Amino acid sequence: MELTNLIIWLIPLPPLLAFFFIVLFTNKNNKLSHSIAVGGAGLSFLGAMYVFYQALTTNHFAEHPFGNAITWLNLGDKPFEIGVMIDPLSAIVLFFVAITVLMIFIYSIGYHNYGQPKGDHDKKGFPPHGAAQDGHTVLSIEPMYARFFAFIGLFAFGMFTLVVSDNLLTLFVGWEIMGLCSYLLIGFWFGKDSAKNAAKKAFMTTRVGDVFMLLGISYLFTEAGTLSFKAIFTEEMISHLAHADSYIPGLSVAGLAGILLFIGTVGKSAQFPLHVWLPDAMEGPTPVSAMIHAATMVSAGVYMVIRMFPLLQAGGHGELTTAMTVLAVIGSITALFAATIAVAQNDVKRVLAYSTISQLGFMVAALGIGAYVAAVFHLVTHAFFKALLFLGSGSVIHGMEHGVLHTGNHKVDPQDMYNMGGLSKKMPKTFWTFLIGGFALSGFPLITAGFWSKDEILADAFANGHMGVFWTLAIAAFLTAFYTMRQITLTFLGKARTKEAEHAHETPATMTTPLIVLAIFAIGFGWVGVPEHFPGIGGILPNWFHDFIAHGLPSFIHFETIHFSWTPLITSLVVALGGLLTGWLVYRNATTAENDPIKKLLGPVHTLLKNKYYFDELYDKVLVKPLAVFSEKVVYEFMDRKVIDGFLHKVAELTFSLGTIFREKFDLPVINEFFGDGTAAMTQWFGEKIRKIQSGNIQQYMIIAVLGAFVALFAFWMTLN
Amino acid sequence: MIPLSNYLIVAAGLFSIGLYAVLARKNAIMILMGIELMLNAVNINLVAFWRYLTPENVSGQVFAAMVFVVAAAEVAVGIALIMTVYRRRDTVSADEINLMKW
Amino acid sequence: MTPLEVIFWIASAVILISAIMMVTRRNLVHAALFLIVTLFGVAVYYVLLEASFLAVVQILVYIGAIAILVIFAVMLTRQVTNPGQLFNKHASLALVMSILVFIGLYLALSVWPEFSAVAPEADTAAAISNLGTAFFVEEDGQPVYLLATMTASVLLLIPLVGAIFVARQKE
Repeated sequence: MELTNLIIWLIPLPPLLAFFFIVLFTNKNNKLSHSIAVGGAGLSFLGAMYVFYQALTTNHFAEHPFGNAITWLNLGDKPFEIGVMIDPLSAIVLFFVAITVLMIFIYSIGYHNYGQPKGDHDKKGFPPHGAAQDGHTVLSIEPMYARFFAFIGLFAFGMFTLVVSDNLLTLFVGWEIMGLCSYLLIGFWFGKDSAKNAAKKAFMTTRVGDVFMLLGISYLFTEAGTLSFKAIFTEEMISHLAHADSYIPGLSVAGLAGILLFIGTVGKSAQFPLHVWLPDAMEGPTPVSAMIHAATMVSAGVYMVIRMFPLLQAGGHGELTTAMTVLAVIGSITALFAATIAVAQNDVKRVLAYSTISQLGFMVAALGIGAYVAAVFHLVTHAFFKALLFLGSGSVIHGMEHGVLHTGNHKVDPQDMYNMGGLSKKMPKTFWTFLIGGFALSGFPLITAGFWSKDEILADAFANGHMGVFWTLAIAAFLTAFYTMRQITLTFLGKARTKEAEHAHETPATMTTPLIVLAIFAIGFGWVGVPEHFPGIGGILPNWFHDFIAHGLPSFIHFETIHFSWTPLITSLVVALGGLLTGWLVYRNATTAENDPIKKLLGPVHTLLKNKYYFDELYDKVLVKPLAVFSEKVVYEFMDRKVIDGFLHKVAELTFSLGTIFREKFDLPVINEFFGDGTAAMTQWFGEKIRKIQSGNIQQYMIIAVLGAFVALFAFWMTLN
Repeated sequence: MIPLSNYLIVAAGLFSIGLYAVLARKNAIMILMGIELMLNAVNINLVAFWRYLTPENVSGQVFAAMVFVVAAAEVAVGIALIMTVYRRRDTVSADEINLMKW
Repeated sequence: MTPLEVIFWIASAVILISAIMMVTRRNLVHAALFLIVTLFGVAVYYVLLEASFLAVVQILVYIGAIAILVIFAVMLTRQVTNPGQLFNKHASLALVMSILVFIGLYLALSVWPEFSAVAPEADTAAAISNLGTAFFVEEDGQPVYLLATMTASVLLLIPLVGAIFVARQKE
């Protein structure tokens, strides 16, 4: 127990140390830098696995989670404690975070072309352009190779801190560290304007959510007097918070705090309407996309809101509370809306970005209808298969870049799916792992993890009678399967549509190995959560996941056992298989982006989807432009230049003239000349005169002494009479 | 009979003459001798007071003996200093020994 | 005039005249000899005041030791006769000061009621033995002046050592 607690404290540390080491000492040495970073991630991985193993083997783990706390700050009579805690939820999150982080670190070595020559024209802040070697152009190493590993080390530190925290404040610290790293990594190629703008957009959009989250944290601290999960999630505290009225009529303290915290999640996990940053964030290197936008940061948002579930459901007594309704609505909207956009995207990474938003919407909606376990389950499986898909897409892009360098035609976008095709023969490892990831995302029945988790969400929604959520998510799931198959078909199947695709090449082992490891989890992890009443195979494997996670909730929150029903099962089978089949049928003969079958079918709607419902334009018109005009005209020209500057100038002039008057009339004549120089002159004059007394002549001194004594005696005698 | 005043007036005169030697003579050895005169004047007073006011108490004489001791010590140290100064600067003139001044 | 008074006046005259002579001599050896005469006069005073022990000590210590020391000093500094000015530039001011001190002392003493006191009868023969016991013997278990005697002897020793150290010719 003591050892476990110590290890929990130490888990976030190695990546942080790696960050400092790389930044301070080894940034000139690529090999040492990535060794340190991967070693740090490896140490964290080992620690996380040890803790996870302990969590699995400890009896009554859910009732007695690991962790301890130290007093950090004394706030009057409330000592503020920070500490670590591993309960079932954080244990499972720690498990998948540690694995994906390590895989992504390893993958980054290959992705940034380690071992390749230096580029001929590569500059810092730009992606590598390739180097001439033996008459060919080959991939060249990333110019800021070490810096990348430093950043992802810091990022991993933030994520581990967030997971092991036992209170909202340190969770928020990790949260913000990740926000910073996300900014740095999206803008990693800061020479590109698009990357620069994407970084700023991501940072500022998530900031909107973070401000509300901080408000929620402060509000919770004001009302509850603590931020520790253990202290908040007690029956008395929850019921106290549920029955106290907040500032908003009809909303309890728990509800308001929950909604404020959920807005943080909306920003961080890119939920509607703060989703706009995530697709743009694809400007970063692909490992970053995988890490931030699949495995960790966006999961962190969902993790936080899952963590706050006792607060969200407070006062509901099994019914949906206001906060949960908000979650369900936002989640469902996001799931459907992002899935429709994904259908019309041609950039291989953007499709995945919208699919991530959509899947996160699934989780939020699941939590909103009280399907706690299903939400956690989908969080974990999604992290695996989405990291796999992102890394796979990175591998595809990498292979395409190889082709681009081969032909020398730099106008070909290596990320456009219409430039690909037939890559399954060129890149078999990437193809099979991508296929597994894609099927998991689509929810291919029985064998993939995504099926089990998504099925569980649909089953929960159906069983509890939330039909609106159920059908929305079902449609979203159909679209998910459709665009996934569209992506696979366009990318890997059929014939190569460009010369570049013909010359694409399989990526090195440092990139494919993580794909294989993640593919194993994308399939296997689903089997830990097979429902007991599932026809045929239910009960063969124990529903271990449900037991493990459900016991992590405080005991006063009860779940009704879901009765098996055929409707959701058939629905999920139909949407998954139907979506995949439709996708293949529609796209197997696709030729160019102009002849996109869906485009013909939908017409203007496709344009709407292609342009993401014009959300960026809408925000630009409604928020950015007016704000810019307001800033320019009102704030800058009127307020700042006229009012504030004018006032300041007047004050400055007044002060200056006052100062001049003081100086001319008071300081110079009175202080300097009269007091300053006058005193000095007087002292000097007096010194000149009086120093003659000290002649060094002892007899003169004695005469003066006798004179003094005589005067004293005379005075004494005078007073006597 | 000789009144106390006679002794006191002579002692005062002796004291003033010694003082004059100390204040006015250039030679350091003369200053030392002037101090001896002043000490003797004090001693005369001490003994006279003893005899005229408290003859049964010997403290007056003890005081005088103390003054002898102090005078002897003072002369020894004073002459040693004068000798040293003379060796260094080849003079015993008080107004030339004036290094310690501004 | 009793013989004692005659002796007193002669002694007073000797003391004052030889003191003045001492102060005004150019030749330092002469000055030292006049000092001896003055000190001798003071010794006569002690006899008149019936302090015979002090009279003997005066002759032994002052005339026998101190005055001789002064003569040695005069001779060693080889400035037996002063070539230049006898008195410094403040001599006249010093004279005024000295006279003022004399007048001041006289005035201060003359207002004192015991100024013209007459010597009381006293067993002065016992004074020497009293002095001896006062120096060294305890009285009622208390050594009245023993500590003072010891202190005085140490006080005498330390300056002598210091004087030797100061005057030592360095190699």
